[in-house]
Amino acid sequence: MKEIKSKDVKKFLVNNIVPIIFIVLCAACIPVAGYSGQYLVDQIITRIVRNSFLVLSLLIPIMAGMGLNFGMTLGAMAGQIGLIFITAWNIVSIPGLLLAAIIATPIAILLGWFCGKMLNMAKGREMITSYMISFFMNGVYQLVVLYGMGSVIPIHANQVILPRGYGARNTIDLLNVRKSIDNFWSIKLFTDENGMGGITIPLLTLILIAILCVIIIWFRKTKIGQDMRAVGQDMEVAREAGIKVERTRILAIIISTVFAAYGMIIYLSNMGTLNTYNYHSQIGMFSIAALLVGGASVSKASIKNVFLGIILFHLMFILTPQAGRNLIGQAQIGEFFRVFVSYGVITLSLVLYEIRTRREKAESAQTLALSQTQEANA
Amino acid sequence: MNEMTKPLLEMQNVSKEYNGNPVLKDVNFTLKQGEVLGLVGENGAGKSTLMNILFGMDVIHQTGGYGGKVLIDGNEVKFTSPLDALKAGIGMVHQEFSLLPGFTAAENILLNREPQNKSVLSLVFGDRANTIDRKELQKEAIAAITKLGVELDPDMLVAEMPVGHKQFTEISREISKSAIRLLVLDEPTAVLTEKEAEMLLKAIRNLASQGISVIFITHRLQEILDVCNKVIVMRDGRIINELDAAQTSIQEMAKLMVGREVSTDAGKHSADDRTFSGKTIMSVKNLWVDMPGETVRDVNIDVKEGEILGIGGLAGQGKLGIPNGIMGLFPAGGKVTLNGSEIPLNNPRACLDSSLAFVSEDRRGVGLLLDESLEWNISFPAMQIQNKFLKNYLGGLIKWRDQAAIKEVTEKYIKQLQIKCTSSMQKAKELSGGNQQKICLAKAFALQPKLLFVSEPTRGIDIGAKALVLQALREYNRKNGVTIVMISSELEELRQICDRIAIITDGAVSGILPASEPSEKFGILMVGKSRKEAM
Repeated sequence: MKEIKSKDVKKFLVNNIVPIIFIVLCAACIPVAGYSGQYLVDQIITRIVRNSFLVLSLLIPIMAGMGLNFGMTLGAMAGQIGLIFITAWNIVSIPGLLLAAIIATPIAILLGWFCGKMLNMAKGREMITSYMISFFMNGVYQLVVLYGMGSVIPIHANQVILPRGYGARNTIDLLNVRKSIDNFWSIKLFTDENGMGGITIPLLTLILIAILCVIIIWFRKTKIGQDMRAVGQDMEVAREAGIKVERTRILAIIISTVFAAYGMIIYLSNMGTLNTYNYHSQIGMFSIAALLVGGASVSKASIKNVFLGIILFHLMFILTPQAGRNLIGQAQIGEFFRVFVSYGVITLSLVLYEIRTRREKAESAQTLALSQTQEANA
Repeated sequence: MNEMTKPLLEMQNVSKEYNGNPVLKDVNFTLKQGEVLGLVGENGAGKSTLMNILFGMDVIHQTGGYGGKVLIDGNEVKFTSPLDALKAGIGMVHQEFSLLPGFTAAENILLNREPQNKSVLSLVFGDRANTIDRKELQKEAIAAITKLGVELDPDMLVAEMPVGHKQFTEISREISKSAIRLLVLDEPTAVLTEKEAEMLLKAIRNLASQGISVIFITHRLQEILDVCNKVIVMRDGRIINELDAAQTSIQEMAKLMVGREVSTDAGKHSADDRTFSGKTIMSVKNLWVDMPGETVRDVNIDVKEGEILGIGGLAGQGKLGIPNGIMGLFPAGGKVTLNGSEIPLNNPRACLDSSLAFVSEDRRGVGLLLDESLEWNISFPAMQIQNKFLKNYLGGLIKWRDQAAIKEVTEKYIKQLQIKCTSSMQKAKELSGGNQQKICLAKAFALQPKLLFVSEPTRGIDIGAKALVLQALREYNRKNGVTIVMISSELEELRQICDRIAIITDGAVSGILPASEPSEKFGILMVGKSRKEAM
């Protein structure tokens, strides 16, 4: 009995090694950083608001067996293009964000369709292919934004275009739409007498995120969701049953890309500035790392993983600069840590996934050996 | 059942050839509603081709269609795809499961035919946005399971099921399709335990009593006697006999299955009264091998020095797993000793180092470097493993290939094995199947092994080349005294060159007999009498 228990504990530890490492690291950093609980909660809420839409967009391709969609970068690009337009046209607040979403949607659908087509040609190697597509499309994005805007695309607003007359600025101020969803309806808790500090809860954004969660849960129950799960498990069996495998896979990527575009718009409106040439490629990496930190794997991810992942991953980054400063007088270590940890987590998860699959195969061999000994004993 | 007037299915003079090789000749039979028809025959007897014709599989159209007529309810039909057959009420359960491991039994049974509810979003996004009606799904799945008459939990994940339940899920799926009238079961009991097989046989009777006809393909002849109304025995693309299941016996069927005119003198070649030292060169104890589709469970066998030992048995029973497991290509366990010293398993290099060699059945995948020259193919393993064909400089620090020696040995084998090629530098992929097989043999010979495993050496090569390959093996055994273990699905071939033949059933040795025994005895071993009984 005892043996079985210790086996179960070991299995639990092995299966959840990534979240456990992060919980231990965070627990160690909290006292060193010395932040108040209130500050940490407020910060975490901000991060959830910023990132969860983006991370949620990754769930559907995983369901369809296509692994981590590094191609979500494409959606982020579409979202950024939408924001550049509305900034240039000076459309403010929520209407501005809506228009940005409307502009981003067709671009995201087109990019997602392209990406899905490519991935269908590289079945079984979706992740590396989508990663490379994101690099390739980054080039196209730069061409359009750096050379196309102002010369071919009629945008001439000073706050967007470089003084030379074409090409978008390196950083674009999104003052027009900054926090407009968050501030539309939010409440403050635990503030002091001056109304400062405390915890801000942006209700509207949270409602949007809740709606997306409901959509994803509902999606799993639809016919298309069932088809995606079938395709994710075994393409050949699904095809034999008459499911249109290629179409289903392309749809999965399109949906993910569109959600990523909306997620990027929410993310940037919360940040208030757009780093035109960097944010989209960073955000893919950080979203995927956050999901993995939450205990997801290449083939399995849930909404629970999304939120646990965002909390742990970002808590880490809130804590490490301060912890670094307090320990060795260097806040820079936080940024260094962020990049190092993101890539590290992704690598670790990919390796663990392979090991786990191999172990499952070895188990089938063990049962064979076991049945023989049982037979011999009988 | 006999009052039914028009037969449900009738085949008239059906024939089929692939590239001029006839594989089916003049097949005639009828099947009435509610009848269970047993279909038996060795591998390659034409059973699969016959079923492919019935289902209108692509492989038939792509190779020029078939001759004769297929009639359903007395009307001629020509199915162009399995979907057409399905519409006519014909379903098939294949040997390999086509199930999704992460879905429940119910979800698998109604895969892509799930009952759906319309939702508001369906108006916008179309039918695929319908939600799935779980309750109805459950109900329909249970209805199919009840019709089959087995115990199966509709909520169980396929990944957690025993094999038998997977099979039941698969059959339930066919039954749940509306208007199913004829069900083809391709060796459904091969993977089942005895108890599960019994349940399945009961289910088949159950279906028949509900008016569904069944074509039951199996190698287990006892099951035919248990469940079928009549039996068709096929051999070499012909129906040898149509028997009334109530009046035949296992012996009769086994004899019809394997018996060939040539078989009477086939054993003569090898029975040339050879004497062996009686020493055991290799001893295998409790071997298990996890090779997908060819699982070995518990093999015990001793190989005598200097003999040619044949390993036969039907496909999927585990005969191919034996050499692949011993040579370390698939995970294996147990104990294998060569000349008294134990060989570590799961370590291909160690096997090769201890003078074992293996000619794989996967000629193009494992056996050959397709894009390289014949010289390279023949000399590569010997160079790699035994440092042959190398010139040493600086006391072995630098090793160069000895091109002259490589050319010499390649030309020797080309001549000896009569390999047809333009030169020793020709690429391996440019040769015909038979000549490629000879290259594989030459490669193994160049290693000068003490014991040679040869797996399916004549698979996919023509008759003339077959004889040459077998001749080469025999000569190699006689001249060099090398012990050979040959695995083959073709019993007659084994009987031509082997001294003893072991038959593998269900991953274990069901019996070892001298090659001169009549083929009927091997047939009985193959169709799986229990192990102890046979020994």
